[in-house]
Amino acid sequence: MKTKNENKHKNYLILVIMALFFLLPMYVLLSTSFKSFDNVSITNMWNLPQELSIGGFIKAFKKLSPNLLNSLYLVIPATLISGILGSLNGYILSKWKFKSSELIFGLILFGMFIPYQSILLPLVNFLQTIGLYGSISGLILVHVVYGIPITTLIFRNYYTEIPTALIEAAKVDGANIFGIYRHIFLPISIPAFVVVIIWQFTNIWNEFLFAVTVTSRPSQQPITVALTNLAGSQVTEWNVQMSGAIITALPTLLVYIIFGRYFIKGLLAGSVKG
Amino acid sequence: MKYKTKEKLLSLSILSPSIIAVAIFVYGFIFKTLQISFIDWNSFSKLLAGKMDFVGLKNYINLFHDPRFQTDLWNTLYFTLLFILGSLLIGIFLSLILNEKPKGGIIFQNIYLFPMAISFVVTGTVWRWIFSPGTLPNNPYGINLLFQKFGLDIFQWRWFTNTTSILYFNIALIPVIIAAIWQFSGYTMAMWLAGLRGIPEQIIEAAKIDGASKWQIFSKILFPMQIPITLSAVIILAHVSLKAFALIYNMTGSGPNNVTDIPAIYMFEATFRSNLYSTGSSIAIVLLIMVGLLIIPYLINNLKRRDD
Repeated sequence: MKTKNENKHKNYLILVIMALFFLLPMYVLLSTSFKSFDNVSITNMWNLPQELSIGGFIKAFKKLSPNLLNSLYLVIPATLISGILGSLNGYILSKWKFKSSELIFGLILFGMFIPYQSILLPLVNFLQTIGLYGSISGLILVHVVYGIPITTLIFRNYYTEIPTALIEAAKVDGANIFGIYRHIFLPISIPAFVVVIIWQFTNIWNEFLFAVTVTSRPSQQPITVALTNLAGSQVTEWNVQMSGAIITALPTLLVYIIFGRYFIKGLLAGSVKG
Repeated sequence: MKYKTKEKLLSLSILSPSIIAVAIFVYGFIFKTLQISFIDWNSFSKLLAGKMDFVGLKNYINLFHDPRFQTDLWNTLYFTLLFILGSLLIGIFLSLILNEKPKGGIIFQNIYLFPMAISFVVTGTVWRWIFSPGTLPNNPYGINLLFQKFGLDIFQWRWFTNTTSILYFNIALIPVIIAAIWQFSGYTMAMWLAGLRGIPEQIIEAAKIDGASKWQIFSKILFPMQIPITLSAVIILAHVSLKAFALIYNMTGSGPNNVTDIPAIYMFEATFRSNLYSTGSSIAIVLLIMVGLLIIPYLINNLKRRDD
């Protein structure tokens, strides 16, 4: 009995030590962001702020708020459109399989793993040609297209679980492909939509490579790029910098805290298939 | 029969927007990049002129003779190996403890997993500050300062600004690897936990009754059963590390003597900062081939297994 208890204590000790390691960057972020500019020297970076100052937050928010809005204008439509496309694709690829549908699925899926460097230059040229380079609309298009593989995958896996007998019965009743989707599949898709929306929201919000290459003017940049530029400006005001980092991280962190369960589902969907 | 054909046409028409988009944006653009890697577009004027003079493998040959790219390949190798090893060890270890369902386990689980929800831009920014070495020995910054406070000066070193390499391993990568492990070990943990929850408890109980030690249960029962999940994790992590652009770009950049450079950063700088479009494209294709070698067998295997 005693050894069992000792074991328990040992386990907790490990869990706590690891938690400290995971929270260390959060400590630096929080304690620095609440310091005033005079108080934010390198030598006291590990100290708690002497007094709580929100000056850093005000300054960071002033600089970042247009980009915060850009990110919202980007994330909401891109998430919804890629979700709807994924749902339609997943429905067809799980329930209306035809001869080459597995191959098509595989070819779509590969798009989620490619290093985006391998399409970046033609992508920029293409967006310039169609006049969407440098705009949020261009970035929406990019995220919709490259979001199709993961949303299709999640919906396909979800719909695979739904008995095909349901479809056969509806067919007998004279329902067609659209009718069955609208009346049977769409209403029960909410859990999958929640997973997809949370996953896409988080990924698109956090994304950096497309954001930095497709948008060039600061007024059009999403918040991740604006945060990088904040770091590049003259004397680094670390309190402003860290406040900006918190403002950037907050939306996805809130989503994680509220919908963590669904976030994990999305996380696992990208790897454990079938 | 006629009905079947109509259904197939309808199915295809529903899929067609996505098929066309992926065909252009994935396969068409990859082909275009491949094309650019075989011509000489290494200046803006050549790009504008648009001449398609085929130069064969010249860009690739130059690339593999380029010291920066050679460094990049070694960095990728070591970064990938150590990042995967670290994420697996920590992730599996944490999942084993959490699988015993300690009180408050869910809180710890959430703490270990939250970095996955944060942008590399944010974490890169914070870790850069934590690992900034300052000027040693008199004016240490970041973690070096913390060491000084605890009297652990012997652990102070120049972190990601150090240019020492051991067997081609640039030790400046260590802080970057720590940051990457910090961000992704929760992922391995979540995957392992999901797998462990599927293993019937009777198996473990029976082994315990037979007097099996914890290590024996892990090495003889749990690990073999979790090999498929572990393989999936390894492949996903390897693919993440080949794409770890945002973290390194925001944390250290390519560093002095390119000690923390990776192909993804070189490609970005060559293409969008130096107008070396063909060099950039050949780097991109090398990256794609590396990812492809990893992912294509994995995808084929996964899709096949599902059909059985």
